[in-house]
Amino acid sequence: MTKYVIKRILLMLFTFFVIMTICFMLVRILPRTLPTDKKLAAIMEARWEALGYNEPLLVQYGIYLKGIFTDWDFGTSWYVQQMESAWDVIVGRLLPTVLVNLYSFIISVPIGIGLGVVAAIKKNKWQDHTISTLVMLFVSIPVYVYAFLVQYLFCYLLGWFPLTVSSLTDAGGSWLSPTMFWSMMPAVIALSFGQIAGLTRFTRAELTETLTSDYMLLARTKGLKKSQAISRHALKNAMVPILPMIISTFISILGGSMVIEQIFSVPGVGQLYIQSINMRDYDVFMMDTIFYTLVGLLAGIVVDISYGFIDPRIRMGEK
Amino acid sequence: MEELKNIPKEKFEFADRSDISHDKKFDTKPIGYFKDAWLRFCKNKASVVAAVIIIVIILYALITPLCGIPEFMDTYYARMGPRNLALSSIGIADGGATNDYNERYMVYHYAVGIAAEDADGAGATWNEGLESKYQPVLHVGNVQKRGSTATYSAKIDTYLDVGFLFRDITQTEYANIRAWEDETGLSVLYPLIDTKSAYYVAPSDPNMAANYWYKMNASREPVRVVESETEGEEPEVIALSLDRLQDGRSRLEDNYLRDENGAPVYFQYTGGGTTETAQYRVRVLYYNYYVYQHGFEPQYLFGTDTQGYDLALRMARGIQLSLLVAVCVSVLNLVLGAIYGAIEGYYGGAVDLVMERIADILAGVPFIVVATLFQIHLAAQVGPIPSLLFAFVMTGWISTAARTRTQFYRFKNSEYVLAARTLGARDRRIIWKHIFPNSLGTIITSSVLVIPSVIFSESMLSFLGIVNLGGSTMTSLGTLLSDAASIWTRYPHLMIFPAVVISLLMICFNLFGNGLRDAFNPSLRGVEE
Repeated sequence: MTKYVIKRILLMLFTFFVIMTICFMLVRILPRTLPTDKKLAAIMEARWEALGYNEPLLVQYGIYLKGIFTDWDFGTSWYVQQMESAWDVIVGRLLPTVLVNLYSFIISVPIGIGLGVVAAIKKNKWQDHTISTLVMLFVSIPVYVYAFLVQYLFCYLLGWFPLTVSSLTDAGGSWLSPTMFWSMMPAVIALSFGQIAGLTRFTRAELTETLTSDYMLLARTKGLKKSQAISRHALKNAMVPILPMIISTFISILGGSMVIEQIFSVPGVGQLYIQSINMRDYDVFMMDTIFYTLVGLLAGIVVDISYGFIDPRIRMGEK
Repeated sequence: MEELKNIPKEKFEFADRSDISHDKKFDTKPIGYFKDAWLRFCKNKASVVAAVIIIVIILYALITPLCGIPEFMDTYYARMGPRNLALSSIGIADGGATNDYNERYMVYHYAVGIAAEDADGAGATWNEGLESKYQPVLHVGNVQKRGSTATYSAKIDTYLDVGFLFRDITQTEYANIRAWEDETGLSVLYPLIDTKSAYYVAPSDPNMAANYWYKMNASREPVRVVESETEGEEPEVIALSLDRLQDGRSRLEDNYLRDENGAPVYFQYTGGGTTETAQYRVRVLYYNYYVYQHGFEPQYLFGTDTQGYDLALRMARGIQLSLLVAVCVSVLNLVLGAIYGAIEGYYGGAVDLVMERIADILAGVPFIVVATLFQIHLAAQVGPIPSLLFAFVMTGWISTAARTRTQFYRFKNSEYVLAARTLGARDRRIIWKHIFPNSLGTIITSSVLVIPSVIFSESMLSFLGIVNLGGSTMTSLGTLLSDAASIWTRYPHLMIFPAVVISLLMICFNLFGNGLRDAFNPSLRGVEE
């Protein structure tokens, strides 16, 4: 197992390195624009010169890598937050994203699994049909459509929540204050619909499969009640693929949803990405790209490894 | 043994061969793989309904631009609600919007209708204005009185409420409009307003400037001007209330520009020498001016978008684009993925390992990053749509390839492949003639399910503004939605129609794809019952 994990991590690092290299080259060859402010432009030009932006591409990459390994320096934000290090910029945006997604994760996991279990147990009855139809709707409808719906219903018509997430100063200077929590709720609700629907569908599919297995029949013949058989045998086995999925969702929390952040003005990583493109702030863009790539790769590898931990029968690649 | 050799002749009998049954040919027709899939697909009612809806939406997207609605932008009629003269009689799509107005604005709206009846500057009564075809006030709801101020909840026809506009036209056009007016009996040109008068206050919105045709005071309330008896004294100015105007005790006094004889002036010469270039400043009733320009009354079944295009047409364009991109991506993914996956799966070993690593690396790049980089690098050279296509294909084929690869691993050691190889078939023949047709069902189904996800990603990218697909003959549903994002609480139709269409598209393609997947999956045969 250890060997397998190490092998996977090394492979992931290799993939990550290649992606980073390609992205760096593609981003660095883009033409840079100077701000209209003459003084600022002169300062920036001098800095670029000093940072080696005019050197050949490979030398630039060398400087970039050296900066990361020696000073943990991922470049500088030129426009989004002027002259701050890209690392600090992204770290500052991380907490709002994580909070919104964490709240929606906490809401959606129990509801999603619960609904999935109900649908599987009551298969082909009205409960199942209702749940399955709703799931089909919510899986298909694009996330921004129900983001708008939530905004319209809860924020505009009923006036329960503010239209967008409060600014840090309004919320008393803390991301964890009750005002902030309350203003994040519409984004959390909008995000939860899709997650709940996805999880419900997955749970239902897995559980219906285990419910028809032979060991369930055996459990019933041995005298277990239906509820006992389901909770002790079927659910446990159905969890084998469900748990890795939940874990990967948990990691994707970091990535967040760009659309939701844009609609509800959550000052998070996704919004930063859009800002960095619009302002042509390439170092921040590169930082964000690295971040998203890493989150995606991590989610994938954790799923594979957790399969092995949860179910000893599946140890992919192990002899 | 011996007695068997000497069996008497009479013990032999002729065999009756009439009752030997041969294999009969089936009367029924054989059901092949695709026929079977088709039959099972038809049983799935939801998928069939979804397929029908998809066809309806496609027809809508294809037919609407052919209906002869010219694709033009009318900035004065931007963000207008749905309006259809046939449907407005039953109370829907009347172009109306309900809002709260104070007394001053109610007079403003009513006055547009009154002025419309007064093309010759002779004056029109309040009641004539109310019954006018051009009266924007459709319906007045409850009135809230709080102290001296009253708030009226009124439904206003937003098209008629544009009212009058100042336009600069050439002398030729002026003559043409006059001729058209005589021909149709509709009025386009109305008396100009004396904007230098003491009773005119220019509003902040220039589009409203030509609607204040009545005398008003500094706070834009209608007034009656009583000339003083004695010479040289300031005239008395009395503010008129809406109540007084409504019961006919007072009339709005016009503030038209008149010549020395008291006749209203219809145009002012603003420059230019010859007949062709001479510029006239005129005041037009925009509704009739629109009819003069286009030959039909402004009717937009779904309203107009933020720029003033017909939303029905824009949505058709958006659907066209979405479907075009989705189908292209799906086909390209199918081709690329099938070839790549087939080679990977068939040869296996080192080839497989290397090709898998390449696919892994490509799959690791987040799609949004790929799309952004392609847009920044390529959009200027090849246009936004091809670069979007590249981005989709760049990462999209990997899942098709993986699926094909699994199928090839499954089939490549089967007996029929062995038989083909024994008979001397080459690798290429085995791949395409023997293994590939067997895995086609699965691969095609997965490429149908690619369509909704591409539609979603495309609309999301244009919604976020990463891809800019706006143009005079092109738009995306995502662009329409992102244009509506900040103003849609005031103009709900901008949001509702595109959102409904894209949701329907997504739901139907998902249902259709799922139905197809189940139909092509032989292991599900007979499970449904």
